[in-house]
Amino acid sequence: MIEQSPAFILLAPFFTAIFIALVGIRFRWICFPLVLISLTLSVIASVCTLFRVLDEGTLRYFLGGWAPPFGIEFRIDGLNALVAIVITVVALITGIYSRQRVLAETPDKVSQFYTLYLLLVAGLVGMVITGDAFNLYVLLEISSLTSYGLIAMGPKRATLATFKYIIMGTIGASFYLLGVGYLYIKTGSLNMLDIHEQLVANNLLGSQSVMVAFIMITIGVWIKMAFFPLHSWLPNAYAFAPTTTSSLLAPLVTKVMIYVMIRMMLTVFGVEYTFIQLDWSNIVIWMSVIAILSGSVMALAQTDLRKMLAFLIIAEVGYMVGGVWLADQSGMIGAIYHIISDAFMTLCVFLFAGIVFAKTGNRNINAVEGMFKKMPLTMMAFIVGAFSLIGIPPTCGFFSKWYLIQGGINSGHWEFVIALLLSSLINAILFFRIIEIAYFGANPAEGHGHHHTEEPKRSEASPSMLIPLLCTAALLLAIGIFNDPIIRIITDFVVATGLR
Amino acid sequence: MTPTTLTSFTPVLASLVSLLAVLPIVYFGRKPNLREGFTFLAGFIKLGLVLSMLPIILAGNTIEYTLWEIVPNLSIAFRVDSFGMIFALVASSLWIVTSLYSVGYMRGLKEHSQTRFYSFFAISLSATIGVAFSANLLTLYLFYEMLSLATYPLVTHHQDKEARTGGRTYLTYLLSTSIGFVLPALIFIFLKTGSSMDFTSGGFLSGHIGASEALVLLLLFTFGFAKAGLMPFHSWLPGAMVAPTPVSALLHAVAVVKVGAFCIIRVYTGVFGIDFLSNLDLGTMITWIAAFTIITSSLIALTQDNLKRRLAFSTVGQLAYIILGVALLTPYGLTGSMMHIAMHAFGKITLFFCAGAIFQATGKKYISEMVGIGKRMPITMIAFFIGSMSVVGLPFAGGFWSKFYLLWGTVSDGQHFMLIVLLISSLLNAAYFFPIVFKAFFCKPEESLFENKIQEAHPCAVIALSLTALGSIFLLSIRI
Repeated sequence: MIEQSPAFILLAPFFTAIFIALVGIRFRWICFPLVLISLTLSVIASVCTLFRVLDEGTLRYFLGGWAPPFGIEFRIDGLNALVAIVITVVALITGIYSRQRVLAETPDKVSQFYTLYLLLVAGLVGMVITGDAFNLYVLLEISSLTSYGLIAMGPKRATLATFKYIIMGTIGASFYLLGVGYLYIKTGSLNMLDIHEQLVANNLLGSQSVMVAFIMITIGVWIKMAFFPLHSWLPNAYAFAPTTTSSLLAPLVTKVMIYVMIRMMLTVFGVEYTFIQLDWSNIVIWMSVIAILSGSVMALAQTDLRKMLAFLIIAEVGYMVGGVWLADQSGMIGAIYHIISDAFMTLCVFLFAGIVFAKTGNRNINAVEGMFKKMPLTMMAFIVGAFSLIGIPPTCGFFSKWYLIQGGINSGHWEFVIALLLSSLINAILFFRIIEIAYFGANPAEGHGHHHTEEPKRSEASPSMLIPLLCTAALLLAIGIFNDPIIRIITDFVVATGLR
Repeated sequence: MTPTTLTSFTPVLASLVSLLAVLPIVYFGRKPNLREGFTFLAGFIKLGLVLSMLPIILAGNTIEYTLWEIVPNLSIAFRVDSFGMIFALVASSLWIVTSLYSVGYMRGLKEHSQTRFYSFFAISLSATIGVAFSANLLTLYLFYEMLSLATYPLVTHHQDKEARTGGRTYLTYLLSTSIGFVLPALIFIFLKTGSSMDFTSGGFLSGHIGASEALVLLLLFTFGFAKAGLMPFHSWLPGAMVAPTPVSALLHAVAVVKVGAFCIIRVYTGVFGIDFLSNLDLGTMITWIAAFTIITSSLIALTQDNLKRRLAFSTVGQLAYIILGVALLTPYGLTGSMMHIAMHAFGKITLFFCAGAIFQATGKKYISEMVGIGKRMPITMIAFFIGSMSVVGLPFAGGFWSKFYLLWGTVSDGQHFMLIVLLISSLLNAAYFFPIVFKAFFCKPEESLFENKIQEAHPCAVIALSLTALGSIFLLSIRI
């Protein structure tokens, strides 16, 4: 049984999705418990897998018993075992949160929603654990198509946003597929490890077509992760989607694409090729500096809460792309650690935005007015998330900055260090603007006038929404305070790739 | 006896106890007497814990405790030495007095959200003691940030437009300097030395970095710890005066600003090392910045009519004394700086208590409205007189000793210009404090704005300010 754990991560949500599609239309009540059960199974399977990886080293799981390079292989090392846990845990937390919101926002499409939801999770987690470059494309399309559907379930403006996303997303996926095609022509293999071995063995790394493949894949992945200036699809798609959808997509999609980029760069092309032979670090780091700064500044200009957070994601993508391309061990560790911490930070603030929207029906940031009195627990969790995004110790956001800045200093990219610090400060402004509105009200009284106002009654959100938020906040602190074991796993992976 | 290092959990507890007190404070939020009872309980336990370590420290030993390794090679760790001990003693004893004063002030004015007030006050004290007992730079930074954020709700307590503006200034200065300057300096040092960044008596940077790097790092730290209010990063201090007076008193005369000065002294002595700095001759530049701050802030203080703002600018100047003392890089200057942390704390807190008592009893904020107030509030104004003597440095209160050592430091180093700066500044201090006292007592009957009837503030407040005034005098009898 335990040998099958990698497959379980993917298959539990996948089969449940099909089952819900068949049965859920008649029996609506069955959807929610089934979603929880399947995702819990998936979480357990991914945790088991991580422990097995720690015990036994890299796991190779041949799907259907067909050996690579012909069959599909799941290849799991420390990196994707961690990312798989992040995906399944985020999906589970958002799943619990969805209980009321799905009924409220898409009452006539509950079973359809959950079918797509589970398929999306299966697609994302599949992309992470697969060891096959073409299989990754298939799963990429599964996750993209389902996310188009999930976003389009939102209110009216979501339709146009989805259309934009479809166009951009399809272009991105096509770029990726073309790149894989070039690699296939050159090496005759689709298995990631095999491609790398063929490239090295046949001395193909100098070939022009391999470089074209590298560029195609990188650009395709950049479009999918909304790396500035290829980001325009993201803000509206996340801002107008149903709250559950954006709470699932925002933490995961961009992060999974970062993972794909790292996997392609380190495993398929290899450190030697990407950092030494191509040596494009300077350009990409300047691009990421621009991404960080412009994402942060555009976030400042927003008055819609979720849109502001969406622009922050664009800035955070810049952190990770920059961190990876520093070609430095600390930078890479920081970028991978940031995948984990940023997934939960984003989840935390998006859950908060969802609760605010659910409570007030208002998208504007002014909706948080008076929240410290009305919803103290919600605000407390939000503050943890906000502090993490600003980078205040001991939340996990501080430690990802700690490693990223180390990487920047080590490799001499001071522009990246300065961009990180500036973005921290802009984040501080962004979040203290919200905290101010919640604390003082949108228009505070002149003078000493707050004594005699009626205290507003406490009215927290329902437990099914509040508990996931509090759990996420607790996770942010836990990941920060106990970052050492996580960093060790990441360090082992990074050292094994030969990056120094 | 040779100095030994003991391992004990006490410093951690001393920091944590007030954080734990937040739970009962929030839980009993609707029963004010019980709630304040827990504040006092935590205060006395904290003081007791700090005092219990005093004999060990006086015997020349240090106490250490490592919580856990948070980043490879780098731990959250506590260490108690004599300098940290002085600061912790001052902060924990003044917390009790301030709590007493807060009860009088907050109840006297029927302030709102008192539970929140006492909770964040307790958190701030945890952070302060944490800073005092930090064993390395990372732990110091952690508590430093915690203090900035925990004091924000206190500074903006009134929740009106003015508080919002003050709070914005406060956080903008403190966060932008700590994230923008201290954090990169911290990471740079970690990368260069690869060490655990523990404070050691001779510093640990020597040999790892060159002169120009040392200069940049020194400036990053000196301005990065903006809580010390060195110009041009001082504007948050007058801005933060929108806070209720007990907050201004403890946090802006003692905890927050002194944490800034404490951090700077720690970094100079424990990270750079005095010898390393004097070899590179980096102290001179800092003394000039400090001297500029001293004179300018004293001159600004002269022009302020709002009593709390005048006190705030006076604080900016007095903090610069501390920086100047350590930047002289002589033993006397350093002793003077460390003593000035304690002496100025008692003196300035008395002055703030008096300002708050006057506001609570009469509603007056401006000095021009306080003519003749000595007839109405004699105890308060006598305490004010004692406090101002201590801050000016006259030989009737504790402030004399620290000024004495500071002056001695300048003379022994041959820095005659700095000697003149200190003397001029003392004259300016006298010029902005004594007229207040003089006008309060010795005005013509027709000038007096108050009736000839004694009516003091809430008794708790009067007791508190008398205690700190007596403390200032008592400190005269202590010599380190």
